[in-house]
Amino acid sequence: MKILVGVKRVLDPYVRAYVKPDGSGVDLSNAKMSMNPFDEIAVEQAVRLKEAGVAEEVIAVSIGPAKSEETIRTALAMGADRGVLVESEPDLEPLAVAKILKQVVEDESVQLVLLGKQAIDDDCNQTGQSLAALLGWPQGTFASGVELADDKAKVVREIDGGLETIELDLPAVVTVDLRLNEPRHASLPNIMKAKKKQVDKKAAADLGLDLAPRMKVLHVSEPEARQEGVRVGSVEELVDKLKNEAKVI
Amino acid sequence: MAVLVVAEHDNSELYDVTLHAVSAALKMGGPVEMLVAGSGCAAVAEACAKTADVERVLVADDPAYQHPLPENLAPLIVELAGSYSHVVAAATTFGKNVMPRVSALLDVSQISEISDVISEDTYERPIYAGNALARVQSSDSIKVVTVRTTKFDAASTEGGSAAVEKVDAAPPGGGARFVEQNLSESDRPELTSARIVVSGGRGVGSAEDFQMIEHLAATLNAAVGASRAAVDAGYVPNDYQVGQTGKVVAPDLYIAVGISGAIQHLAGMKDSKVIAAINSDEEAPIFQVADYGLVADLFEAVPKLTEALK
Ligand SMILES: Cc1cc2nc3c(=O)[nH]c(=O)nc-3n(C[C@H](O)[C@H](O)[C@H](O)COP(=O)(O)OP(=O)(O)OC[C@H]3O[C@@H](n4cnc5c(N)ncnc54)[C@H](O)[C@@H]3O)c2cc1C
Ligand SMILES: Nc1ncnc2c1ncn2[C@@H]1O[C@H](COP(=O)(O)O)[C@@H](O)[C@H]1O
Repeated sequence: MKILVGVKRVLDPYVRAYVKPDGSGVDLSNAKMSMNPFDEIAVEQAVRLKEAGVAEEVIAVSIGPAKSEETIRTALAMGADRGVLVESEPDLEPLAVAKILKQVVEDESVQLVLLGKQAIDDDCNQTGQSLAALLGWPQGTFASGVELADDKAKVVREIDGGLETIELDLPAVVTVDLRLNEPRHASLPNIMKAKKKQVDKKAAADLGLDLAPRMKVLHVSEPEARQEGVRVGSVEELVDKLKNEAKVI
Repeated sequence: MAVLVVAEHDNSELYDVTLHAVSAALKMGGPVEMLVAGSGCAAVAEACAKTADVERVLVADDPAYQHPLPENLAPLIVELAGSYSHVVAAATTFGKNVMPRVSALLDVSQISEISDVISEDTYERPIYAGNALARVQSSDSIKVVTVRTTKFDAASTEGGSAAVEKVDAAPPGGGARFVEQNLSESDRPELTSARIVVSGGRGVGSAEDFQMIEHLAATLNAAVGASRAAVDAGYVPNDYQVGQTGKVVAPDLYIAVGISGAIQHLAGMKDSKVIAAINSDEEAPIFQVADYGLVADLFEAVPKLTEALK
């Protein structure tokens, strides 16, 4: 079985996002970029499935500017076998990303797609579900457990009320949540080895897909900042403030 | 054209979150209608019909909709969507699961988790864990939208008298089967709608000591939340997680105990009316958003606070 993993290059989760003064977007010039944290979890899962003998090949795909190759190399250093870079302008909408991923899935005859549940820049939480729809495949979103056997995937999902278990016929799309696994750090030798692994490159514009944006970003602004309040010196003072000043208890 | 709100429910009760989505839908233009897809879900349809300002309720009552599998629900919603300008759901794990499947089948771009409706085609939504707000305008013919429920008041559960109409089930997509559910049991109010939330973080140290947080919450009739670190460490179940990738809450009072205040956590609670924080580290970033900060050892402060509030 071949597994495709989607890895997006995003602003590092521990770096603050600054809005550009002209309101055109978030300033990413010179910012530290990383693999979307959920995608690290997806790569880890795919590599574990390979190590367990369930998968033969793990392909990491990234769609974005040329620098997204770095993100693919990170996935290769974690154990993915090869990469596909689809060069595009940044900030494609999830619908467009899903269309491109569908093409890659079909070109590569993939049986399982593992994606993050959410990219931490656009916070869209759409791509996996949309890809599954376009492929006509079942989906297992927000997974904290994935077991494969007999052409089926058992997926434990983190839902608002607790956990839900579903069974999917393969091929399927699974999006991963935080509790699925703890991604490994690539070792130095593996980082060196990853430099030699194959990364195929193509241009999104050459795929013959309708990738036109459906949304215009009119303006990006900073949310109103909360004012820091006061420090209280004791539990008694806290109770007094909550009761008599804020009147919330 | 009308706006269709997809109801979230357990076949017997309409969930509160949908009432917030109805309020958002009412700002989008046309009359608001609701879809109830379920199995043996007449009571839910009735509740929808009573919701203020809802004009029509469509009910697809079929065993295929016993559990909200998106493979089966999406084809139904897509079939109906053609008669609507907007299809709307709450941005819960239900809405997030189903709606992007609907939007892709309609070949439209979903507008995720809006925080405001500016006009029928223009919305505001938080990005980058709420560190930026994007104002976006959609050019799609049908707008598929999910709604951040804390940003819209709940529509009234009374006053409506919508007609209830049956619709046929759509051919199910298949390929997915429900196996089981393990829902967290709690006597506490539901996290996203509670008036007071008490959350514990890694500082609480263990599942046993998390009882302290539960006691404090019980005293205040509050819901219990947690940081990702507390969930990862197994102190509490996953559905307690508040934050960018967990639940978003905006209660009247949020008490953060032993939580440092990482941006991902703040993303889920910084719209709370009043924030109180208890942390032993006076430099903890949580204090920058707290109205009342108490620098203290939580193991002393929390039992004392619980006692004082009894
Ligand atoms: C992709 C991604 C998504 C994420 N999503 C979320 C999310 O949705 N929600 C979320 O919460 N986090 C999320 N995180 C994690 C986030 O970055 C932080 O790691 C997490 O919020 C930290 O939890 P914490 O504050 O409990 O732990 P810590 O940061 O370890 O803080 C513990 C605090 O407890 C205090 N403390 C310790 N002992 C005591 C004591 N005895 N008395 C008083 N105070 C004490 C310490 O001073 C410290 O401030 C996400 C991270 C990533 C990368
Ligand atoms: N440009 C991209 N390249 C590769 N994978 C992506 C890209 N955009 C989104 N994805 C995948 O889809 C997931 C969800 O993204 P989103 O729907 O944007 O929140 C991510 O965690 C990735 O696994």
